[in-house]
Amino acid sequence: MSKIKEITTPLSPEVIASLKCGDMVCITGSIYTGRDAAHQRMMDMLAAGCDMPFDFTGNIIFYAGPTPAPPGMATGSIGPTTAGRMDAFAPELIAHGLRIMIGKGLRNNAVKQAITDHSGIYFAGVGGIAALMSQCVKNVEVVAFEDLGTEAIRRLEVERLPVIVAIDNKGNDIYNRNGT
Amino acid sequence: MREIHVNDIAAKVAELCIKACVVVAPDIRKYMQQALPTERGTARQILADMLENHDVAMRQRMPICQDTGLVVVFLDVGQDVHIVGGIIEDAVNAGVRHGYKEGYLRKSVVGDPIRRANTKDNTPAVIHYTIVPGDSLKITVCPKGFGSENMSRLAMLVPVDGIDGVKAFVLETVTAADSNACPPIVVGVGIGGTFDYAANMAKRALLRKIGTRHHDPYWADVEAGLLARINATGIGPAGFGGRTTAMAVHINTHATHIAGLPVAVNLGCHVNRHEEAVL
Ligand code: SF4
Repeated sequence: MSKIKEITTPLSPEVIASLKCGDMVCITGSIYTGRDAAHQRMMDMLAAGCDMPFDFTGNIIFYAGPTPAPPGMATGSIGPTTAGRMDAFAPELIAHGLRIMIGKGLRNNAVKQAITDHSGIYFAGVGGIAALMSQCVKNVEVVAFEDLGTEAIRRLEVERLPVIVAIDNKGNDIYNRNGT
Repeated sequence: MREIHVNDIAAKVAELCIKACVVVAPDIRKYMQQALPTERGTARQILADMLENHDVAMRQRMPICQDTGLVVVFLDVGQDVHIVGGIIEDAVNAGVRHGYKEGYLRKSVVGDPIRRANTKDNTPAVIHYTIVPGDSLKITVCPKGFGSENMSRLAMLVPVDGIDGVKAFVLETVTAADSNACPPIVVGVGIGGTFDYAANMAKRALLRKIGTRHHDPYWADVEAGLLARINATGIGPAGFGGRTTAMAVHINTHATHIAGLPVAVNLGCHVNRHEEAVL
């Protein structure tokens, strides 16, 4: 286990290339939430030739839907959801520049291929430690699809959000335990 | 005949929803505390984070996990109970609605599985009723996360598949689930009955306390053997490698047909929430 690497968003291609599968990373800066329903809408908007809800360049999509924020708090509990459900959308979004993802669990070969083709990266968080993760979130703003409730796209200001590099830009996969 | 008012049922369901989502069960905590020193590196760090997460959730009264689930409610209704003041199903849903609002829990339910509009109050719950002897009402509330629910499976095996077929199916399910089910998991297994009843037994198996032994020594051995094999897969906490892949394997069985061997595997994630109360 290497020591923790600190990175700040937006991420440059050099920073992405410097991160290796298995690295522990802390992310600081703006990141954007989006999960199943928001992905479907972004795909529909792409097909219709509309602008995306935020600038993809160097920015991170966090597959997450938080609990409602109690009064006086920036956010409720928040953590990664199963990334595999976004596999149907990810290759096209990666090709359009949304190269950096945070989720939990396995990705399919099409996503891995898109990550290597476009020098992207997939970070995995630990599912189910959402109270602890919420402590890293300093500010939250809904940027699109407010009607989707928890599935809206939100910009989070995070401080030292802990993740692990699960698939690096060479396609090395942390879940590939047999080394095949 | 004892009367129980629907308002008391609704209030209890609301209370149990919040408690289940915020307070981690002592058996899970104990298991993780014992597993911690057996792991090294990333696996150890993740178990430590999970324990710290319980502390933060308790201290700040916030949900352990952002997926506060679809609510599954088991009602064990004494046959000498008379429910008064309204309809029991409405009372359960009123309790869920209230608990998810007051507890700032996530609304994760869509009204139609294809058209998918969010119901915005986390109702309706999935309710299982059982009539039991006595004059009390036991309410068990399980807010079920779908990271683990989605990786659950059911197979209609045949008698010749036998215990080896059952074991292989359980292992296959856990291996395919990998990190998606948020390990360390609880593996609920229902064997026998019918297609539907096997699934019901598997879900109920998640309710058993971690660390308890099956009352039948044959099945207790099967559980222990499966747990050892699952923990040898190397999946580990959060799937980043390690020994702690499952906290328990719990099996429920029922009589079945001469032609059949249904097996259902319901996976519970490391928060495996359930709370119960008796009215
Ligand atoms: S599977 Fe469980 S721990 Fe994982 S995200 Fe869902 S509810 Fe949380």
